[in-house]
Amino acid sequence: MKRAGFSTKWMPILLLMPQLVIIAIFFYWPAWHAIQSSFYLQDPFGFGSTFVGLENYTDLMGNSEYRRVAVFTLVFTVLVTFFSLAIALLLAVKADNVLRGARTYRTLLMWVYAVAPPVAGFIGLIMFDQSWGPLTRLAGFFGWDFVLGVNFNDTAAAMVLVSVWKQIPVNFIFFLSGLQSIPRSVREAALIDNGSATSRFWDVTFPLLAPTGFFLLIINITYALFDTFGIVDTLVKGEPGNNPMTLVYKVYVDGFRGNDLGGSSAQSVILMVLVLALTVFQFRLIDRRIHYT
Amino acid sequence: MADQTPVQTPRRSINWGAVGDHTVLILGSLFMLVPLIMVVMTTTVPDVDIIKYGPQLKIGDQFDENFKKAMFEASGFSGANTGTRMLFNSFVLGIGFALGKILIAMMAAYAIVYFRLRFATLAFWVIFTTLLLPLEVRILPSYEVVQQLGMLNTYQGLIIPLIASATATFFFRQFFRSVPEELVEAARIDGAGPVKFFIDILVPLSRTMIAAMFIIMFVFGWNQYLWPTMITTEEDMYTLVRGIKQITQTLEGTNVPEFGRANLLAVIAILPPVAVVIFFQSWFVKGLTESDK
Repeated sequence: MKRAGFSTKWMPILLLMPQLVIIAIFFYWPAWHAIQSSFYLQDPFGFGSTFVGLENYTDLMGNSEYRRVAVFTLVFTVLVTFFSLAIALLLAVKADNVLRGARTYRTLLMWVYAVAPPVAGFIGLIMFDQSWGPLTRLAGFFGWDFVLGVNFNDTAAAMVLVSVWKQIPVNFIFFLSGLQSIPRSVREAALIDNGSATSRFWDVTFPLLAPTGFFLLIINITYALFDTFGIVDTLVKGEPGNNPMTLVYKVYVDGFRGNDLGGSSAQSVILMVLVLALTVFQFRLIDRRIHYT
Repeated sequence: MADQTPVQTPRRSINWGAVGDHTVLILGSLFMLVPLIMVVMTTTVPDVDIIKYGPQLKIGDQFDENFKKAMFEASGFSGANTGTRMLFNSFVLGIGFALGKILIAMMAAYAIVYFRLRFATLAFWVIFTTLLLPLEVRILPSYEVVQQLGMLNTYQGLIIPLIASATATFFFRQFFRSVPEELVEAARIDGAGPVKFFIDILVPLSRTMIAAMFIIMFVFGWNQYLWPTMITTEEDMYTLVRGIKQITQTLEGTNVPEFGRANLLAVIAILPPVAVVIFFQSWFVKGLTESDK
């Protein structure tokens, strides 16, 4: 609050009302509802529900299918986060290096940011088309018989590739801005002190980029968990079957297709706790932005 | 960014370092752009050619034909979801979402920053918690709420629940806090009330911020997939991104799959957000990278 603010009483309430009302109806109500129904077993045909306590949760923990999806989600998240961060960092360092063309490269590398995840998934379908997809042919050239949507590992590989492709621009933009905000004097001092470009990068640039990196780490984990929904849904053509899927996709499949409302809600609540933990973690890191200016 | 001169490396006859940098950057750009280019090329060649030879880097003569099919022929049962209709719906969602979000966010941020309000901190936290739970997590109960309110298959149902997260409020709150306090004092001495100060001084000052927010939110809204998929069941309410599912299904037909038409619809779904991001690069980058502070 500003010291010299206004002191009208009703005005701020009026200003806050629209947002608070929308949040109450479309955020708190559904969120509360999700927590509540995670403790109930609901009749799939809508005839009432029974309180079952933590049973939905214990069921999930004992469910091998759920564990399998959780493990896949973990592997998927690690791979997507690692590769999209690593490739974007490499490109940003190179773009920051070149004397001319940094702007051109930024423009070229940014396009995919605006592509919607399901459209990215669609492009993946085209690239991995069974009979003529260029990437299927490329894989075939190396003796890899790639079958999207049939082979679990192949489908998983396509999901990771498309998700990484989609996420590189965001990371690239952040890394490049981070690099370009490192003061000239620091770079020049580093250049005098340290001859090798590689050790200059690891000793000087990398620690200065660490806060951006931590922030992006959280952003990427959230992306891999939630925003890849459209990619997953398109690549498996809406038929989960034996295909790999992420936890969020399973919430949708169980709740919307399978009508298991209690189980789906319990999964939602588990995800809520996960996001909450991530956010708390992020804030603790931001609180002690160790190496920053 | 580009006008910042990077650190000079010592001159050599051929700068192999720079050659390496450009090689990596060009490979990176190709990795990002070739899939997009291939999809665009596919829209211009006859479908039979694609089945025979796969997508190639050549421009055919079928663009007009495919364009007509994509824009004016429906793919669903009701005959209502032509490309034109879906394009219109996408614009309604993108623009409606961006404007709505900016409006309520600015009002709320103004109330929090500029008024002596007893429950300002409480309001802040109520709004803040919405950042913790992505829509994907509370998707089912949100659907039920919208259903109970009779908002399925309406533009309000499509837009308003998406507005219920507070990202934009935080950008504006940060921005308003950086506005010098003397401005409010001066305005009050001149006898300006809160409304006049907001409209005549604060809004013009926030022009760039509003533009950056509009770009990011437009792309975000346009690219929504899961929510429109659940909330719109009538085909004349489909957006392009939501329609991707059905576009994919036209590839499963018994006759010659309509690759040209499907890819053209995908291209149309990509074009507006990509154009916005490319044309307003600097605003977009500014809005995106300043969000973490």
